Amino acid sequence: MADIAFLLLIFFLVTTTIASDKGIALLLPPKPDPNIPPPEFIKNQRNIFKILVNSSNKVLVEDEPLTDYSKIRIMVKDFVLNFGKISAENDQLILTLSNSQQKYVRSSLRKSDSSDSPTEAVVSFKTDRGTNYDIYLAILDEVMGAYNEIYGERIGLTAEEFRNLDQKEPSQKSLYDLAREGIPRNVSIAEPSKVGGN
Amino acid sequence: MGKFKKKANVSQEIPTSSLPDVIFMLLFFFMVTTVIRESDILVQQRIPQARELNKLERKSLVSYVYVGKPKKADMGTESRLQLNDVLAEPKDIRLFVEQEKSKLQEAERDQITIAMKVDREVKMGIIVDIQQELKEVNARKVLYSTTKKIEM
Repeated sequence: MADIAFLLLIFFLVTTTIASDKGIALLLPPKPDPNIPPPEFIKNQRNIFKILVNSSNKVLVEDEPLTDYSKIRIMVKDFVLNFGKISAENDQLILTLSNSQQKYVRSSLRKSDSSDSPTEAVVSFKTDRGTNYDIYLAILDEVMGAYNEIYGERIGLTAEEFRNLDQKEPSQKSLYDLAREGIPRNVSIAEPSKVGGN
Repeated sequence: MGKFKKKANVSQEIPTSSLPDVIFMLLFFFMVTTVIRESDILVQQRIPQARELNKLERKSLVSYVYVGKPKKADMGTESRLQLNDVLAEPKDIRLFVEQEKSKLQEAERDQITIAMKVDREVKMGIIVDIQQELKEVNARKVLYSTTKKIEM
């Protein structure tokens, strides 16, 4: 009896895992310093990918209404990897991408009316105080997914494999750094407008 | 004389052969019946789903904040914030974060992560208010707690 009990005890000890929480991680911007006036950002419109959501959860992407959020992922990917400016830095950065990405960038992107380079490209996401949280999260998910796919494809992984890279392990950390080098995750979450209330 | 010295021929020891079994039974009983204390959640929690999930690295650095409609009808229908066991206002979060930070080691205090468990019907207004307060107390790492979306 005691043996069986022991076996059971050890079996359950080994097989139980405490569920770890998962979610979308985000780093908030630091509190603006009152002594330093906010810097005047003058950015070309073509370097900003605008996503607006109003208080009735209607979405406007690049000034066009959109109902299928899954399209945002492809749009953001095309926007970030557009490399619109013809410059030596851009050409070098393109060479660090994977072959399929290089081919895609050269054949169908590099448009003059989209972002100059991944370092310049900013995804601006603005909601209203009355926007539903799940819509906000669904869109944030797509934007994050677009960046993860770019990083993953660059080093020959899927977005999910890229996300699961363990940064504490040196070999995986270097892979992670390689994937992110030169392509910052520029997602700007603007303070919402105050129309809908909460 | 001999009459009084007569001993009963019965062993006086308590049989202990089943003691391990009894102890085990007790162990199992307490293992099964104990629940790790969690704060009672006073707000509705229907956690939204997403695909791009990050795992939390260190659980000790995480503090939970719950947002949703109060479960009890007499608390109104407006979305509320729950800290520990009580409903609170967004401004109370500063004190909460300071308390949580004081539980951590000095070097780790800036790495505190606030996991937000938010009901899917909450409006962005309260989320933004909470984030403003978090910025004020320099707790900038936020995790929107979600469950994994099953791909169709």
